[in-house]
Amino acid sequence: MSSATPSIEVINLNTHYGDRQVLRNVSLSVNPGEIFVIMGGSGSGKTTLLNHLLGLLRPTTGTIRILGKDINTLSALELQDLRTRMGVAFQSGALFSSMSVGDNIALPLREHSDLDETTIGIVTRLKLEVVSLAGFEDLMPAELSGGMIKRAAFARAIVMDPKLLFCDEPSAGLDPVVASSIDDLILRLRDAMGMSIVVVTHDLDSTFKIADRICVLDKGEVLALDSVDAIRNSPNERIQNLLNRRTEEAEVDPDAYLRRLLGEKEKHANQPTQGRTGL
Amino acid sequence: MNAFLNWLERLGRKAASGVAEFGFAATLFGQALYWLVLGRWRRQPVRMPSVAAQAMDIGIAALPIITVLSTTIGLMLAIQGIYTLKTFGAESRVTLGVALSIVREFSPLITGILVAGRSGSALAARLGTMRINQEIDSLTVMGINPVRFLVSPPLMAMMVLMPLLTLWADLVGLFAAGLYISIELQGSLAAYADEVVTILKLNDMLHGLAKAAIFGVLVTIVGVVNGASVSGGAEGVGRMTTRSVVHAISAIVITDMIFVFLVTR
Ligand SMILES: Nc1ncnc2c1ncn2[C@@H]1O[C@H](COP(=O)(O)OP(=O)(O)OP(=O)(O)O)[C@@H](O)[C@H]1O
Ligand SMILES: [Mg+2]
Repeated sequence: MSSATPSIEVINLNTHYGDRQVLRNVSLSVNPGEIFVIMGGSGSGKTTLLNHLLGLLRPTTGTIRILGKDINTLSALELQDLRTRMGVAFQSGALFSSMSVGDNIALPLREHSDLDETTIGIVTRLKLEVVSLAGFEDLMPAELSGGMIKRAAFARAIVMDPKLLFCDEPSAGLDPVVASSIDDLILRLRDAMGMSIVVVTHDLDSTFKIADRICVLDKGEVLALDSVDAIRNSPNERIQNLLNRRTEEAEVDPDAYLRRLLGEKEKHANQPTQGRTGL
Repeated sequence: MNAFLNWLERLGRKAASGVAEFGFAATLFGQALYWLVLGRWRRQPVRMPSVAAQAMDIGIAALPIITVLSTTIGLMLAIQGIYTLKTFGAESRVTLGVALSIVREFSPLITGILVAGRSGSALAARLGTMRINQEIDSLTVMGINPVRFLVSPPLMAMMVLMPLLTLWADLVGLFAAGLYISIELQGSLAAYADEVVTILKLNDMLHGLAKAAIFGVLVTIVGVVNGASVSGGAEGVGRMTTRSVVHAISAIVITDMIFVFLVTR
């Protein structure tokens, strides 16, 4: 792939759920080797945008090019090829509950490569090592904690050494040490392998640590799309509000802030568990 | 009048969603077959180990209960048959009725109903859970076709195993009926076996086995359609699992009738 073509290119994307428009005229591009963070308030359409980038939803109008290919006109076989070059870590992990952690991570290799079992075993353990889960390959997802599930999902997402990695809320629900190690991991993956990485997150600290560029979504529209510093120093009042509102609110009403933080944390910590009790 | 219009509208909606569901089922069946046949060409072959795993689950694990129930049904038919024919003093002809009923009707039916209860519901629950856990999205973004990975293996396993299980049910049922008949009518088991062999035509066997294969397809597709339609968390999974058993058994009984009507007349 030539480094001139953007890893992701979205042009005038408009999408609806039923009659309700969720994304309005979203255009953005992600350069190769870039860490691109999508931010925005709850309900602003981040997950919806991510699902479109993954080809799980079909846009009403607009074009999405992934690694130079328009995913809505691609043949099934080409799309399959494309998908082996991208990795996704879902927010809930979405590990296959009927398979051990090791089998989960090995699955893309078993399905898409001709590697023998020994090599697959080595690669699997290597990736588990990368996310500090060495020795957990024989456990079932139900036996892992929320944060471990998230890291296992991360290992599965990178097992094929993708060109493009998507992470939905990678650090939500993790303790600060692990969360920061995930940030380091994201930086390391980009530096070592030149991956382009798209991260959806609420975490401002993490965003400022890892992002090359930030896209701020607001009510389905791109409010701003710029480098970290430019966003920080943006004269745009709405962006400043968005960046500062949290801290302001915290100062005005620490109780509400605390409650919100706790509620938020609980929600995220529970999400994988909820998924699994859905069994 | 208004109530009647409302009722009519609801009926219309129900019918429309029924037709849509039927279309979904047909599409799924087509796709599952497509992957079985052409998966290799699409570089996504249906893996034999996962078919084998499904087959173990559907088949071997169901053998004990199928054995017990076919024995019971064989005995039941023999008892009823002798009782009925006694009125004409024709008990000696009981083998004819028993053998044909077991092979053509009871074995495939009881096997189908059992497999619907055991494996169809399990399939619905598994797919439903995977759906609400985003595991199906997860497969899709990995470039693994969910129909190929989740539907084709059980479909193939069912199509192969249902006839085999039915054949086993035939043998067990005929044997149990034979034991009762030979004791009750003071004949020998060998004479009974001879009689069965002359009575049963290949056609009768095939009639039962073909129905079994069709029931296998019905159970799989009904389970998958219900699992894939799950919404609303764990409760939704439970609801759809129940629904899948009810639908699968209804589909089996109705299809049986249609099949018999078309083939036998
Ligand atoms: N499956 C769906 N059907 C209908 N509407 C939906 C669906 N998913 C999301 N929406 C709506 O689309 C809008 C954007 O939702 P989305 O999940 O993309 O937000 P988000 O930015 O990811 O929010 P959060 O940070 O809370 O995850 C919301 O108004 C939501 O109600
Ligand atoms: Mg979201």
